[in-house]
Amino acid sequence: MVENATDETHPEVESDHNSLIRKFHHLLHQTPALVPLIVLSVSILVFGLLLGPKFFSPFALTLILQQVQIVGIVGAAQTLVILTAGIDLSVGAIMVFSSVIMGQFTFRYGLPPAIAVACGLLCGSLIGYINGWLVAKMKLPPFIVTLGMWQIALAANFLYSANETIRSQEIAAEAPLLQLFGYKFNIGGAVFTVGVIFMVFLVLFLAYVLRHTAWGRHVYAVGDDREAAALSGVNVNFTLISVYTIAGLICAFAGWALIGRIGSVSPTSGQLANIESITAVVIGGISLFGGRGSILGMFFGALIVGVFSLGLRLMGADAQWTYLMIGMLIIIAVALDQWIRKVAS
Amino acid sequence: MEPILEARGLVKRFGRVTALDNCDFELYPGEILGVIGDNGAGKSTLIKSLSGAEIPDEGEVLLEGETVNFSSPIDARKAGIETVYQTLAMSPALAIADNMFMGREIRKKGLIGQLFRKLDHAKMQKIAHQKLTDLGIMTIQNINQAVETLSGGQRQGVAVARAAAFGSKVIIMDEPTAALGVKESRRVLDLILDVKSRGIPIILISHNMPHVFEVSDRIHIHRLGRRLCVIKPDDFSMSDAVAFMTGAKKPPSEFVGTA
Repeated sequence: MVENATDETHPEVESDHNSLIRKFHHLLHQTPALVPLIVLSVSILVFGLLLGPKFFSPFALTLILQQVQIVGIVGAAQTLVILTAGIDLSVGAIMVFSSVIMGQFTFRYGLPPAIAVACGLLCGSLIGYINGWLVAKMKLPPFIVTLGMWQIALAANFLYSANETIRSQEIAAEAPLLQLFGYKFNIGGAVFTVGVIFMVFLVLFLAYVLRHTAWGRHVYAVGDDREAAALSGVNVNFTLISVYTIAGLICAFAGWALIGRIGSVSPTSGQLANIESITAVVIGGISLFGGRGSILGMFFGALIVGVFSLGLRLMGADAQWTYLMIGMLIIIAVALDQWIRKVAS
Repeated sequence: MEPILEARGLVKRFGRVTALDNCDFELYPGEILGVIGDNGAGKSTLIKSLSGAEIPDEGEVLLEGETVNFSSPIDARKAGIETVYQTLAMSPALAIADNMFMGREIRKKGLIGQLFRKLDHAKMQKIAHQKLTDLGIMTIQNINQAVETLSGGQRQGVAVARAAAFGSKVIIMDEPTAALGVKESRRVLDLILDVKSRGIPIILISHNMPHVFEVSDRIHIHRLGRRLCVIKPDDFSMSDAVAFMTGAKKPPSEFVGTA
């Protein structure tokens, strides 16, 4: 009886304003990539209005894509891991180490570039596999495992490469395959690179896999509630290990793309990739607690960062303004995530 | 009549604690068997041994007269034993259909399913909808809504529907009414009777004596790691059952040990 009474009085108390918020809440719950998409559209529009054709040109807009390609690719790997309620701090280190292996195997041992690339991809996957094994089988916290792996991979990278950079001209002359992802083509002023195309296809492919395959649903289920997933018949260990391994592989691809982006193979590059990828994921509305969010959100998140950096640079603002804005976006995104996770009863 | 699910002489030790001490168990076709016992009596361990979540140190479990060795809940599920856990084992952020088919998804037919591993969302949603309607719990408007947007009773309903949809031989329910209000408990009890009327035997573990006495055909009373007795709810009162359970009273000898 008491239950009934409160049920009936509830709608009267609730104003139109409230029900609108509730609808919005429900919408966000269903489509978590919506907020970053709106923020992205608005920021493109605002910078377009402020800067005119300088910003709102095919060249400038595709330049943003080129600038975010590495973060976008690494962010895809980070998305998979964060969806399982983990975090991967070693993504940047895996990326750089893989690129160094691709370069050094070609130039130090004289291996054919294709073999060297394959070795780099294998190495990235292997590091990812070790991360996954430690997280799944040893039940160690992902933060600690990948914090350790970050240091290990980075140190291995410096020790193995002897801090030596392979110059762009050398690579272009002897092993152009390594720079494949930097290959540019022009469509009516819009400049695309193989790396950009790869990033877009990778994101679309993973979006498909996460939504439409059993493995993808298992990634969400494991991140949402690991125990529940195990009891309902999901092979949790396999899911976790495969996620970290694939994340490692994607990071190795990012390493290959990194050679294309900067031209050279440099063991000191890409140091911020882990933080930048986590930023893209968080701004993209993916929950750090796992199980919620979409990889398209991460892509929009990466683009938002790209739009702000280029827009503010074109306006002649101090680069610190970009970081300030991004910092604010991160906090707003996390606050929004908390709100979305609070289920309307 | 042969028991459909049987356990003989189960022993399970955790360090120096003996959770199961030479425990027997029988479930007959078509019945609801209540399992009651004080906290720490070893009910959960018994149930986990039957559902594959624990592996007993000694003794054997027989399904339809044949010895089975489950090493995980997945094994037990494959053999047709479904468990509705107290925690429900559902992913709150995922949709009802996703949860019902978790771990046994249906892929599309043909190349798109084989090569691209594409799931048949439409088919799964249809079956999920059908199962919920069968059990009369289609107060849920949208099969695609996240489980966390459902009420406690609705969630329980989805979990029971999942078990009923796939549990071909036995359904185990662990405290299905513990988290529910009066009205919602009522619905879940009706649901349990409905599942029984479909011919699937049910093991009902509960602390709620009125619920156990209402729906059970027989009641297995567990005490100190083994079966103390099996009673019929008509023969004894609830307070008798509680007295047996806590050791305050000894059950008449003809009920001890066997059914």
